[in-house]
Amino acid sequence: MQHGKYRFIVGFLAVPLGLYALFVVWPFIQSIYYSFTDWTGLSPDFKMVGFDNYTRMLDDEIFWKSLQHSLLFALVLPVVTIGLALFFAFMINVGGRHRRGGPVISGVRGSAFYKIVYFFPQVLSIAIVSLLFAFAYNPDSGAINSFLRGIGLDSLQPLWLGDPSLALWCVMAVLVWSSVGFFVVLFSAGMASIPAELYEAALLDGVSRATTFFRITLPLLWDTVQSGWVYMGILALGAESFAVVQIMTTGPGGPDYSTTVMVLYVYQKAFRDGQAAYATTIGVALLVVTLAFAAIVMRLGRRERLEF
Amino acid sequence: MKTTETPAPPPAETGASVSKVDTHPDVRRPAGRKKEGAVLNVFSHGVLVIWAIMVVMPLVWAVMTSFKDDSSIFGSPWSLPDKLHFDNWARAWTDANMSGYFLNTVLVVGGSLIGTLVLGSMAAYVLARFDFPGNRFVYYLFVGGMSFPIMLALVPLFYVVNNMGMLNTIHGLILVYIAYSLPFTVFFLTAFFRTLPTSVAEAAFVDGASHTRTFFQIMLPMAKPGLISVGIFNFLGQWNQYMLPTVLNTDPDKKVLTQGLVQLAVSQGYKGDWSGLFAGLVMAMLPVLAAYIVFQRQVVQGLTAGALK
Repeated sequence: MQHGKYRFIVGFLAVPLGLYALFVVWPFIQSIYYSFTDWTGLSPDFKMVGFDNYTRMLDDEIFWKSLQHSLLFALVLPVVTIGLALFFAFMINVGGRHRRGGPVISGVRGSAFYKIVYFFPQVLSIAIVSLLFAFAYNPDSGAINSFLRGIGLDSLQPLWLGDPSLALWCVMAVLVWSSVGFFVVLFSAGMASIPAELYEAALLDGVSRATTFFRITLPLLWDTVQSGWVYMGILALGAESFAVVQIMTTGPGGPDYSTTVMVLYVYQKAFRDGQAAYATTIGVALLVVTLAFAAIVMRLGRRERLEF
Repeated sequence: MKTTETPAPPPAETGASVSKVDTHPDVRRPAGRKKEGAVLNVFSHGVLVIWAIMVVMPLVWAVMTSFKDDSSIFGSPWSLPDKLHFDNWARAWTDANMSGYFLNTVLVVGGSLIGTLVLGSMAAYVLARFDFPGNRFVYYLFVGGMSFPIMLALVPLFYVVNNMGMLNTIHGLILVYIAYSLPFTVFFLTAFFRTLPTSVAEAAFVDGASHTRTFFQIMLPMAKPGLISVGIFNFLGQWNQYMLPTVLNTDPDKKVLTQGLVQLAVSQGYKGDWSGLFAGLVMAMLPVLAAYIVFQRQVVQGLTAGALK
């Protein structure tokens, strides 16, 4: 296998690696460099300014707001989404009535149907989902408030996205709505690979379903849950939160910066305000937050790997 | 997946003798447990149905609204359309330039999907099958790209693409899409190529096939299942991409579907043509949903495969 090996390796790697280096790696390195300059992005001239951008960032009230919101996204979204998804997946796979002659633990009737329907939002673009919900949240003609009127709750007509104290939660609800299905399907596949004997043994011992979940299902599913956790957190800090906040909230960024997240703030500083260097500084902060999040989840979640 | 489908109906019709020899543990289960099962069954169905409704209702509402005229959209958001206003769809398709956005998206996604699969599988094959200095370094360089916030790179990337004269071009967007799809594609396909047997490729090589020929004629066909999974993953990711085109592609004529719809939402807001906007939304939604329902199993496998690895 040695003949012409290196020529082949170079030939095959050159194009993908070159493209990747040019469009991904090089910009990443550049942006860290730019964060120490006063580059506007509009003119090619700039000079080094040391840590000026970083000290400015620490004094920037809107930066702190965006950091707060991003941290809230990274903490709340994975907990709620994965919690709901585990619950639904457990119901789908284990919540069924026991049928004589069937397996001891069985899924509900129509489990395949639920999984298909729950997965719908996952195939839609987050941009489309955001637009759809922006209309649904409309206080006058939106689907949600008119539904509330329809069931007689005329007094309960929140402004939703227009209310600074509600807007952030509205945005998060949309992200939960669109991601739960993915995790339901993911966890269902994991649960299906747990041997039925374990459940049978637990049932024979008279263990309740809740205990079964916490003592058998969750520990055996832990690896999947953990990687799902990191995956959801990265989405919540990055691309997904950009699309929902940018499309759904006014400004964008919500009334009184109430929904501004870090990734949106980077975008606004670079492409709206012509402060490219400062934008990359916030971007570096976002990178630090993302890596810290992944490291913390991996560390907290570390436990002995269970073989089954 | 198969084991989670609804279990086969019990063979109860075959007579009482069967249930006598049925030594399943449920025979010995205390009576109280059965009740718990029944309560749980009602409860779990209730919860599951509610979430299913919550998922489907916004979509149904959008389809319904796309057939209504503007006054009834505002007056009674939940009423059925008085008649099917297909003119909304025609307006969205031609006047609001949905047809153009569709074409742009098809071109961009078509080009970048093929490019991603070809380049990704080439890199993954080399990384999975050949020992050379720097192999691990290149692999982690690719894989590391999965967890970095793309927005950080987008600021300089804008100027990199601009300097190459590829801002607001279809081919520029294709190249960037490929570059940003490579991390997951390489990660997934490297693992996949490692699982394939080495003996076939060695036999081909002994028979005098070059490395390149072995790859294209032997290894790629063997890797088809992996290519389909990662292809579906990339197709959806690229079709639904919003952040990259928002930054790199601001020419109104070159916009892709997701951008076009957001643009439409802004401009129709001024014109007050909400029905046309909803028609555009549904137009963008339905092909993907239809494709998902048809290729349901493959799509689910493609999207969850990476996370289970």
